Amino acid sequence: MDLAPLLLSFQLALATTALLLAFSLPLAWWLAYTRSRLKPVIEALVGLPLVLPPTVLGFYFLVLFSPASGIGLWLDQHLGLRLIFSFGGLVAVSLLYSLPFMVHPLQAGLGSLPPSLKEAAYVLGKSPLTTLFRVLLPNMKGPLLTGIVLTFAHTVGEFGVVLMIGGSIPGRTRVASIAIYEEVEAMNYASAHAYSLILLGLSFSILLAVYTVNGGYFKRFWS
Amino acid sequence: MISFDLRKRLASAAGEMLLDAALEVPQGECIALYGESGAGKTSLLRMLAGLMKPDAGRIASGGRVWYDSSRRIWLPPQQRGLGFVFQDYALFPHLTVRQNLEFALHPKHNAALTAELLEAAGLEALQHRKPGTLSGGQQQRAALARALAQQPRILLLDEPLSALDAETRSALQGYLLDFQRKWGMTVILVSHDPAEIQRLASRVVELRQGRIVRQASPAALFQPPEKQPAAGLSAEVVSVREEGSTRFVTLRLAGQQLILELGAEEARRMLGAAE
Repeated sequence: MDLAPLLLSFQLALATTALLLAFSLPLAWWLAYTRSRLKPVIEALVGLPLVLPPTVLGFYFLVLFSPASGIGLWLDQHLGLRLIFSFGGLVAVSLLYSLPFMVHPLQAGLGSLPPSLKEAAYVLGKSPLTTLFRVLLPNMKGPLLTGIVLTFAHTVGEFGVVLMIGGSIPGRTRVASIAIYEEVEAMNYASAHAYSLILLGLSFSILLAVYTVNGGYFKRFWS
Repeated sequence: MISFDLRKRLASAAGEMLLDAALEVPQGECIALYGESGAGKTSLLRMLAGLMKPDAGRIASGGRVWYDSSRRIWLPPQQRGLGFVFQDYALFPHLTVRQNLEFALHPKHNAALTAELLEAAGLEALQHRKPGTLSGGQQQRAALARALAQQPRILLLDEPLSALDAETRSALQGYLLDFQRKWGMTVILVSHDPAEIQRLASRVVELRQGRIVRQASPAALFQPPEKQPAAGLSAEVVSVREEGSTRFVTLRLAGQQLILELGAEEARRMLGAAE
């Protein structure tokens, strides 16, 4: 069995989770505390990937970033960045696709902390950044863990959007979920079985670990 | 010293209300904001701390302008250097009592202050415990100690001692007074409790519907002279119970219930006089 697709899946999930955590913290902060009228609009945009077929996201991404479009061409010529049929493109589209899985737990976590914690840190002279890292995040380990694990697991589980943006280039965009699909199409049930079983076992173990650590915290986000 | 003149439209339970208040508090004075809930006391405190933005007005303290709507000046809470004790204590749950104090400590202050504050608050034995494992009174002491760890020139307290039993409350009030005198701190506290105000404050500022309606010394505000009888005490008869020739008269005196055991003749004389 070729381990490359599994490895690629985990690389993709790891990169997506790390980048998304960095992007989502300021976004979740803004959503949790803003009184702007734009808030529902931004919330709706963040939540879109939850309800949209992945193919819709993939289609527009393709239209926007293919070398045939203005933006795609510009990126290619000026930055040497080609987001279609490349690992970088998979990471980019995964960031969009998994956005709500990171932002929602963080936003809910920040929102459920008493406002006086943040205010107390401010009155004690601490900057918003110090307050976030030394006061707020240490008191919302549950939501933080939930966001990280859900994003990781959701990225490993991507299929439609990966197929549209990445295709199936071995070692570059052929992730485990695509490999399974192709093995089944080629009637290599043994291979498909091996990949599937590994993903199944791994996903179950991750969720089990989080449930155990968090004591039922997940229910809020699944139901 | 701190002076302010502020206006803010507030949404209260009774509809919209305009908070409009101006006051000057000299350095070292302790004043109490008193009034019904919804009168705007907490909002006023939050605006002074920079946690709520006024609609218009001015705040100045120690020669520095904190807020001036006409000059578009607004200092964030970080730059005001005041202490604030929250109603819910706002202790950081992931830090021990000692770490909470150390978090508040100004970098150039020495660690001796932490020890002094912990000792004065009687928290030495509890310093390595997390706030969640402490009683309400202990948490309140820790919250006060943390606010004092910044050595603020001005300390704001939002009903800090309301949830405590009388004994704990009294000990904490003493603790607060000690440091107030020692450092010459200006203290502004929100309180419902006349006894607490009389112990701590030298001036009471009464708010009603967002406006300052009265300013007086606690003695003058809570014991209006016209209601004081010659003996200096007035009580209300709650009930009279007869048992043979004995009368048990229950009186309410200064918020406490008092039961007197009297002979029939005595009771008749006393209650007759009261009627």
